[in-house]
Formats: sequence, structure tokens, C-alpha cells
Amino acid sequence: MDKPLTGAMRSDGQALSLKEYEDAGGYSALRKALKGMTPHEVLEEVKKSNLRGRGGAGFPTGLKWSFMPMGADVARPKYLVCNADEMEPGTFKDRLLLEGNPHLLLEGMVLSGFALDADIAYIFLRWEYRVAAERLERAIEEAYQSNYLGKNILGSGYSLDMRLHVSAGRYICGEETALLNALEGKRAVPRSKPPHPQVSGLWGKPTVVNNAETYCNVPHIIGNGADWYKGLSRTDEGGTKLYGVSGRVKRPGAWELPMGTTMRELLEEHGGGMRDGYKFRGALPGGASTDFILEEHLDVRMDFESMQKTGSRMGTGTMIVLDDKTCPVGMVLNLQTFFARESCGWCTPCREGLPWIVKMLDAIERGEGGMEDLEILQQQTRLLGPGNTFCALAPGAMEPLQSALKYFKADFEKHIRERRCPYKGGV
Amino acid sequence: MPTIYIDNKPYEVKDGQNLLHACLSLGFDIPYFCWHPAMNSVGACRQCAVKQFRDEKDTKGKIVMSCMTPAADGTRISIDDPEVKEFRACVIEWLMLNHPHDCPVCDEGGECHLQDMTVMTGHDYRRTRFRKRTHRNQDLGPFVNHEMNRCIQCYRCVRFYRDHAGGRDFDVFASHHHVYFGRQKDGTLENEFSGNLVEICPTGVFTDKSLKRHYTRKWDLQTAPSVCMHCGLGCNTIPGERYGTLRRILNRFNGEVNGYFLCDRGRYGYEFVNSSRRTRQPFIRNKESGKLVPASREESLEYLSSVLYFGAKVIGIGSPRASIEANFALRTLVGPERFFSFGERNLKMISSIIDALKNGPARSPSLREIADSDAVFVLGEDVTNTAPLLALALRQSVRQRPMERVEKFGIPLWNDSAVREGIQDEKGPLFIAGTHATKLDELATETYHGAPDDLARLGFAVAHELDPEAPAVTNPGEDVSSLARRIANALRNSRRPVVISGMSSGSEELVHAAANAAWALCRTGKDAGLCFIQNECNALGLGLMGGRSLDEAFSLMEKGETDTAIVLENDLYGNSESFLVDKFLDKCRHVIVIDHLPSKTTEKAGLILPACTFAESNGVFVNNEGRAQRFFRVFVPSDEIQDSWRWLGDAMKVSRHPVSWETDDDIIASVSREVPILNLKDVSPPAAFRVAGQKIPRQPHRYSGRTAMHADISVHEPKPPEDPDSALSFSMEGYEGMPPSPLLTRFWSPGWNSVQSVNKFQSEVGGPLRGGDPGKRLIEPAKGGAVSYFQGVPASFEPGSERLFIVPLYHIFGSDELSLLSPGIAERTPAPYIALSRKDADSLGIAGESGAEVAASGQSCRLPVKVDDSLPHGVVGLFAGSSPLRGIALPLWGRVRKTE
Repeated sequence: MDKPLTGAMRSDGQALSLKEYEDAGGYSALRKALKGMTPHEVLEEVKKSNLRGRGGAGFPTGLKWSFMPMGADVARPKYLVCNADEMEPGTFKDRLLLEGNPHLLLEGMVLSGFALDADIAYIFLRWEYRVAAERLERAIEEAYQSNYLGKNILGSGYSLDMRLHVSAGRYICGEETALLNALEGKRAVPRSKPPHPQVSGLWGKPTVVNNAETYCNVPHIIGNGADWYKGLSRTDEGGTKLYGVSGRVKRPGAWELPMGTTMRELLEEHGGGMRDGYKFRGALPGGASTDFILEEHLDVRMDFESMQKTGSRMGTGTMIVLDDKTCPVGMVLNLQTFFARESCGWCTPCREGLPWIVKMLDAIERGEGGMEDLEILQQQTRLLGPGNTFCALAPGAMEPLQSALKYFKADFEKHIRERRCPYKGGV
Repeated sequence: MPTIYIDNKPYEVKDGQNLLHACLSLGFDIPYFCWHPAMNSVGACRQCAVKQFRDEKDTKGKIVMSCMTPAADGTRISIDDPEVKEFRACVIEWLMLNHPHDCPVCDEGGECHLQDMTVMTGHDYRRTRFRKRTHRNQDLGPFVNHEMNRCIQCYRCVRFYRDHAGGRDFDVFASHHHVYFGRQKDGTLENEFSGNLVEICPTGVFTDKSLKRHYTRKWDLQTAPSVCMHCGLGCNTIPGERYGTLRRILNRFNGEVNGYFLCDRGRYGYEFVNSSRRTRQPFIRNKESGKLVPASREESLEYLSSVLYFGAKVIGIGSPRASIEANFALRTLVGPERFFSFGERNLKMISSIIDALKNGPARSPSLREIADSDAVFVLGEDVTNTAPLLALALRQSVRQRPMERVEKFGIPLWNDSAVREGIQDEKGPLFIAGTHATKLDELATETYHGAPDDLARLGFAVAHELDPEAPAVTNPGEDVSSLARRIANALRNSRRPVVISGMSSGSEELVHAAANAAWALCRTGKDAGLCFIQNECNALGLGLMGGRSLDEAFSLMEKGETDTAIVLENDLYGNSESFLVDKFLDKCRHVIVIDHLPSKTTEKAGLILPACTFAESNGVFVNNEGRAQRFFRVFVPSDEIQDSWRWLGDAMKVSRHPVSWETDDDIIASVSREVPILNLKDVSPPAAFRVAGQKIPRQPHRYSGRTAMHADISVHEPKPPEDPDSALSFSMEGYEGMPPSPLLTRFWSPGWNSVQSVNKFQSEVGGPLRGGDPGKRLIEPAKGGAVSYFQGVPASFEPGSERLFIVPLYHIFGSDELSLLSPGIAERTPAPYIALSRKDADSLGIAGESGAEVAASGQSCRLPVKVDDSLPHGVVGLFAGSSPLRGIALPLWGRVRKTE
């Protein structure tokens, strides 16, 4: 099985050095593109590959790029930004790439920058990723020394500067426009769209923001061609995907697998199934801001299209498993506490609604809830839905809550009836 | 014109608007918080949600924020859809989760946008049972009270303070439901426009601290349309009164003048009206004791009749802060030839300004037009301190050019955060030439600091650069000529350029230079604006009325051609050197002073007549634009206080003068006849004006305690006072609908109790008031004809070998004397000082902040020294305000030496 993203990685957890990366074919795609392709051809190849954004929303990357204004008379500098602010609870896929093969990201970004005629690139990194920061810093330095970055890259006439920016540490910075505000040194508050970043992005200039994993796919698409790339997948959506499993499974972890691997294969073959004594009750398939799926959904292929059948989303493709000895109310309370704390405070529903939800869930979990709380919670999941809030944070927060209220309603009611958490003490 | 469908009915709306703006303008009630007509949309509060449908067949629709959605042709929305109504009610529910519900003890109560919007959405039942989050409040100084627990996080305050007004010491801190709006630490809000937070805030977080000390609910305030008297811009205000004291000043929207905002001097400078020092009855000097003793009205009239006999040699000294009516009454009493107005230098300047505006091709722009201009050249004015709201307008003007660029990206100009993101720090052309660095310099493309003559030379050079026929500057030097070239280019390449100068620098040449620059622009085909600033509220009005200079009055007295002077609302010691005034007043046999407060001049009077302040009288001021604006009596003055013109009318009666007036309208008819340029007849509807046979009430329909408020004096409810001077009544009875805009006593509309009710009084939300904004422009530029440039380019400034050139340094808090009687303003006023450059300080041996002795025009005093390196070599700045050197006409040569 081809593992273009992780196949070359070392087994000791150290980063590939520049030499090791080059020996494994690294930067050959960049050479190929700079020597023999036009930016437009690179863009077309990415479009053909059907690569979809790996940040969670799955927006077609080529289409996103095609909105970037091109030509001599556009505003300069144009920016390319890597979103490596991986803060989605239960998600640790980008970290694997950043720590294990930083040059792959760099090559992907230079190729993307070439396709988009970008002048300056930023990597926006999660605050806690200290190891990744060190390794990226070193990789950028090496890339400059070998002229994979800087002026006139490999004699092609194309120039790109790159900077690493380590976030001050807020979940909202993962929202691409809040990320841009944070990069500018402003409050990390999302921006309205339109205008999209391609029109008015970083410092008001044309900007494309992609997820780290997305960029890492680009060298292989260019190196091996879109058809090869599409062939890696088990579905229409091209390539491989980093999937992960956490929770009470035997072998939690992250693995590169063909796009469209089923959840059951992920859980049972790669995650090793549930730990002894625990039963599978449900899972958040793609990070904390996706709806719960149940046992009955496990045979669905994990790609952006297929996952819609479950009423949930692919998200980041990293699954958090809920077992039968963990209180679903407590789990949802934990998540909502996170989302309420990470709200930027800009729009009313998110800023005020989430803390209210937390208070209600907390009351229920402590045995102080009322049935009317469930009604209000139900209404809140609707009113904090997409379009009602400024960005996707609160609607994302509602996904686990609304599905928990649907699938685990009996648990909520039991809490209220018994005036205690049935999962705690005396069970 | 796009057509939009609201609940299936078609409506025509203006191009390029968002749905909220369009719907409000159509008269629909959509609740909102973060949106503001002067600050546009950011989509934060989510209160203005409506349901949008793809097309006629779409029945499901989706919720959108009306403030963030274009009102494009064919847009279909529902305001009444049950789902969106539920959402809007829930937005209020969310905002109310932590709100203290302390309306009964909140100063905003009864005029609170949050209350209004709560009622509008129908949210009336609290479903939460949890504890509220609380905040610590800050001491923000003398103007603004802080009560953060009431905050609903609409972000308007920070957007106004930082983005609109350029303040830096106020911000939003923390995040999620802990966001906090305030200062980094307790302390006075530094921005000159901080008081607008009171009106910008939709609830009671920021309230008027001066009101708090004598608090009254909106519904208990008697109000009338008024005009600010603390600078020459003539911002429109709504003062409110209860029990004979003025309680606060609120903004009165005028689309052409102040829009939605006031400066802090205008908002908080009113307390002199309530001063315990007010002159409340006449005083006559006792012949034996030589002391001023209280006198009755009859005794005063007797005094007047004994002094104003036929053939008496009486002169009148008018005032740039008194109304047209008062000045005209004095002029009529003494005769135009014996009517005196400004000091000589100011008279020359105001005459030049009137000449420039009347006879040249450049138009004096309104503040709105200045905010819309795309290139500005400021010549010799520190506008933040001499005409504060103009500085606010200029802060918007520098955004015009970059906004054009951003609009080309397809970003609608109402999308405020996207526009600001697109603009970043880019600023349109603004050139500031002044004697010293000013606050507005931070926005300037380039600044230039020089002595007034050098500033004038730069102005002349710009004019010559634009039009070779304008007089040239000899030996301008490379720096000045290249700067002049850059300024000329920027102005030439703009669409709506404005040149700003004024009287503050005391240089007539500056006025000429500014006029030449604007005229030269007109000659290149530009519709250039020419704006002159005056420091007093009716300086232009007095200038238009004419009158001779104070210096001439002094020499008349010297020559014995007069022995009696009537001084109207004027402290001569503030306008002339004290030894000259002393000489004049000492020689005067009879000095009659009509004023509302004691001054150094009243100390020398034989008769003092107590005059109304702006709040107790009607009158017309002509602002710097040449806009005549009428202000109305807010409350009936107590004791023997009456309008200055009525005292003068009494004087005319007792002296058997042929002219007599009964009402304000009579005197307006008289002045319109006698001084054609002051045709004030249609500035506002006359006193006889009625709507449906009714007057316009000054008291709101909810005015309380009318039968009880004077019950301690008499249980019989008195008849409300008559108002023969206007169509307004001192009562709650009268026409409750929409009167003509000059007669708007308040903004209040059913369901809209807060200041935001102004929406309902505008022809389009954010646009002019229905029937047009109040005020009448008196001066329009000459059409056609040759431009006859001002000549007389001054020689460049040469620093003196022993003397220094003293220029005035104005302060928003400190340079306006009446406002100093407000405790808050007094607290913000600096102590008198002089400033000079490091180089000059060193050569005088003045180290650090030590004091120096300043001597000029025969007077001297010791003042502390500030070093300001922006002052040119040989030029020293003197605090323009209350100091022992008050009254000397700056600029002039003087001496500064180290104090021993």
C-alpha cells in the first residue's frame, strides 16, 4: 500500500533530515514543476487530483486556488498560509506530519506558492507543538540553504519567503480568517466572508490558507500525477488520508490509509478494537465538532461525501470513541466547556449560548437538571446552527450535542430523574 | 433602483445598501445592536436576523443577518417569519443572561436601546436560573461612568473609540463571555470624543457622569433644539432641564454639521449655566461706597434712562459669542457707526474670511462634506483643539481615497471590518502645516512646522504651484517649494479637495494664503472647499453684521468722543491687553455690562444686567460654514434674568428709540431687512407656526410630577409660561408628531425611546432629517468672474536675536472660558505654560521643566516651561487660556528669560 505522506518517515520518531528526504525522492516534484510546468499546469493537476482540504471542511483545493487573482496587476505581496493550528480535540494527524517530515510540508507549500504566484508564506503553528516548531525552524533554514526557499528558487525565477509563526494558543485561530487576524497581531476574531481571503486576506492582500496535511499531498500529486493519486483512494476522492482513533481502544493512534477506509476497519484493524471490558457506544468520527455516529454506521467509508450518509461529517478523520462506561453527558459537557472557553467572544450566540449550555449540562451532570433543560438544549442546538453565528465554531460545537441528545437521550433523562450521574459511584 | 421583497411585498431601495439599512429606511422595525449608521456593519450581535429566500418557490429559506446581506435586486426576505422571530428573541435572551436587570437604578433606563430591542423582539421570560458573571468597573475620569455588568458586548464602543475617533487608551480585553471593554487600567479617557460612548452604548455601560450628579430621567427633562456655543462649528445639541437647572447635553443629529457626534467640550461644557456665580439680578454701583449692589429692574431702567438721554455719546461693544439678535439690538441702539466688535487683528481676519467666501469661487464645505473630501490641506490650525469635531471629520476624510480602492475589490462600503481590513494603514492625502506638532499629525501625509509667516508662504507657494497666476513666493527655498509641489499635486489629483485655515494663528496672511490655494484649485476646474475656523460660536455672524474694531472704540474714548459704553456678553480683558482695557474703562463715565457671569469687565461696570445663557434664550448663531442656526430657549430663566436683546429693547424704550420689538421674530425681521446678508427669516418656522393648531411641546408626553413639582410653593398648578418667541411650548401638551427639523425638541418615537430613535426622523437612515437638515447657508461663492488673488506674500520668518515670537497653543479643555466652569472640564485643563524648542530652551539656559518669565505687550508673568521640539527656532508657544497674559493678541514678539 502506498503511503506517500508517511511512508518515508523514520521509525524512531525523529524528523527526516533534508538529505534523507531528498534520498526518498523529496523535492523532485518541485524540481519537476519549476523546470517543466507552468503555475497554471500545477493548479490544473491539483484540480484533477480531486484533492479536498484536510482541515475538516473538505473544500476542493484546486477550486479554492482558482479564486486567487493572478497576473501582473494584482495587489502584492500575495500570501500563502499553512494552517497548522491543530487544536481540534482528539485530532493529532498534522502533528505526525510536522514532526516526522517537515520538508514534505515545505515542498508542498513551495509548489503551491508557485502555482499561486505567492510571494510570502507563513506556517501558523499550534502553540503547544514545540517539537514541531523546532523541526520546522530547522527545515526552513535547510530549505533556504539549498535554495528551495528564497530568491530565484532552483534558478527558476520564482521566489518565495517563508516564516514560521507560533500561535499564542487559541482554538479559534484554526478558523482561517481568525488565523489571519492573529497573524496580523490583531484579536483572533473571524472575519466576514465575503470578501474571501483570496481577495482580501492577510494584511488585506490576496491570500490562500490551507491545512498542513493538504499541502503535504501536493508534492505527490505533482510528482506522480493526478491519476496515480486518485488511484490511491478507495472512493472518488483522491489520495490517502491520515486517520486516527482515540478513546478506550486497544491501540489508539494515527495511520495513513487510503481515502474511503471504513470506520469499522479503522476501529477494529488499526485501533485494535475496544479494550477488554468496554463496549463501543458511539464515536465522534472527525474531531470534537462532528456528530456522534453509532455502531450501525461503522461500515460507512470515511470520505467527505460518504460520511454525510451518517448525519455526521468526515471532519479531520480522527475518531474519538465513546465506550459504555463513560458518561455521554459528561463527555458532551467536557466538549462544550472547551468550546465555550474557546469562543472568541465576537458574536452573541456563541459567546452567550455556549456558557449557558455548559451550565445546563453541568447541572444535569450534577443531578440538578430539569426536563425543561433538555428542551432548551434542543432549541439551542438549532439556534446555534450554521448561518446564525459568525463562524463555524458554535455550529461545530452543536454537532456532538445535538447527536448526543438524539442518541443518548435516555442517559440525559436518567440523570435528571435520578438526580445524579448514573456513571459515577455506586454503579 | 433595486427592488426587494419583504414578506412578499415589493419595495424599491437605494443602490449599494445592506438589508438592515434599507429596511430601517423603509420604516420597518428590525432590532439591532452592533450596527450604527455612522459606523456600518460588522455582523457581531446577530440581532438583525431575517429570513432570506432563494426565489419565490423557496419556502424554507435561511436565516441571514440583514446588516451583512446586500439589498440586491430581487432579494426576498421575511422579517415576520416565526423561525427568525424566535431567533431574534433568543438573541435578546442570550444578551440578558448576564445583564443585571437593574433598569430602575440605571441611568440609561427609559432611553435604553436594549430595553427597546427587548420589547421589540418580545422576549419577556427568563429561562435561566444560573448565576451571572460580573465585572469590575473602572474610573474613566470626569466624563464617563462605567458599569460593565450591563454590557451586551456589541463592540460599538471600541469601534467608535478606536476606529472612528482614533483613541488608543480604550480597548476590548479578554475573550469568550469574559470580554471586557475599558482601559488597560483605571484612568481618564484621553480621547476628545469620549462622551459619545454615552450615546453609542446601547445600554447603561457608559453613561454621562455630569448627568449623574443631578440625575433626571429622559421623560422628566424639558428639552429644546439648541446649538453648541463652545467653538465656531455650531454643532446641534439637545440640552435638557429640570427644576431650573441644565442636566445634560445630548447630540442633536444634523446630517450636514455634527451628524451623530459631539466633542467632550460641547457635551460637558454646559455647567456654567448652573453656576452659583451666575448674575441673577441687576447690580448698580453705589455712588458712596463705590461697590456694586443688587438693584431692582426699575432702578436699572432708571439708570438706563438717565444715561441714554438724547445726544448721549454711547458706544456699544458686541460679542462673537452673543446671538445675532443681541448684537443687532445693540447695534440698533447705538447706531452702526458706534457699534464695535472684534479687536483690530481679528476684525481684519474675519473681514478677509468673509471677503474670501463671498467673492471667491471656493465654497465653504459643511462638516459632512469635509468628512467626504479626498484630499485636505490644513494651514495653521490645530483643529483637534480649536474645532474638535472637524478633527473627527478629517479622521474620516483620510479613509476616502483608500475606500475607493477597496470598493474596486467588490467589498461593499457598509462592510466595516472588511473595509478596514482592506485599507489597513493606508491614508489619503492630508497635509498639515502648523506652528507646532498637533494630534492630527499622526494621520498626515506630510507635516510642516513654521512661524505663521512661513506657513502663509507655504500656502501661497501651493497656490502658485497650482496656478501660475497666483502670486509667487520669492526665494521659497527648496524644501518649501518641493513640499508645495507635492501638496499641489495631491490636491490636483483629488476629486473633492478642501483647504482649511482659520483665525487661531492670528495671521491674516494665512487666511489669504488658504483662499489663494483653494481658488487656484477652482481655477484648475476643481470644486474645492475652503473652510475657515473661528473660535467663537457667532464670530462669523458678528463679522457679517459689521462693526468697527475695539481699538477704534478705545481711541474714541481716548479722544473724548464717547463716555458711555454698553458691553454685551463680552469680557474685554479676554480680548485685549489689560492696560488698554483698564484705561478705556477708567475713562468711561458709564459702563453697562450685559452678561450672564461676573468677569473682570463687570467688576468695572456701573450697571450689570443679568443676561440669559444660550439655554434660556432664543437666538441665531452663524457657524464657520456660514450656516445660520437657531437655538431655542430650553427653560424660562429665573429671577431678573432676561435675553440680552430684551434688556437692550428696554434701553431703547426708556431712551425713546424709534425702533421697538416684541418678539424674537420681530428682531429677525429687522435684521433681515437692515443687513441683507443676514436674511434669517426662514432659518426656522416663526413663532406663529402651528401644526394642527398646536405648538410643539418642550416636555415629553411622559413628563412626570407637573402638578407636584412646585407644590411646596403653591398647591395650585401654575399656568405654563408663555413663549412669544417660538412655536415651542413650555408644556407637555401640543403636537406629538414630527415637526419641521429646526423645531425637533427631542428624538423619541413609539417603541424607540433611546437616541437611536433619530432613525425615525431621517428621510433615509443616516441621511438628512426629514424636510432637510436645519440651518440656512448665508454665503455662497461668487459664480464666474475672474479670480482676484490675495497679494502680499509675507517675508520669511527671521528669529529675533533677543526676542521670541509668541504663538498661541490652544487646548480643547482650557481655551474656552465658559466651559471651564464645568468641574469635569476644569479637571482636564492644563495649568498655564509656555513651550519652546530644546534649542531655544538651551540658549536661554532653561533646563528641564523649570519655569521662565514671559514678557510681552507690557505684561509679564512666570510660567512653567515645556519643551516641544516641533516649535520652530525663535518661536515660543503660550497656553491659550486663563493665564496672567490672557488678552494679549497673539502672535507677537516678546521676551522669555530664565527665572532666577
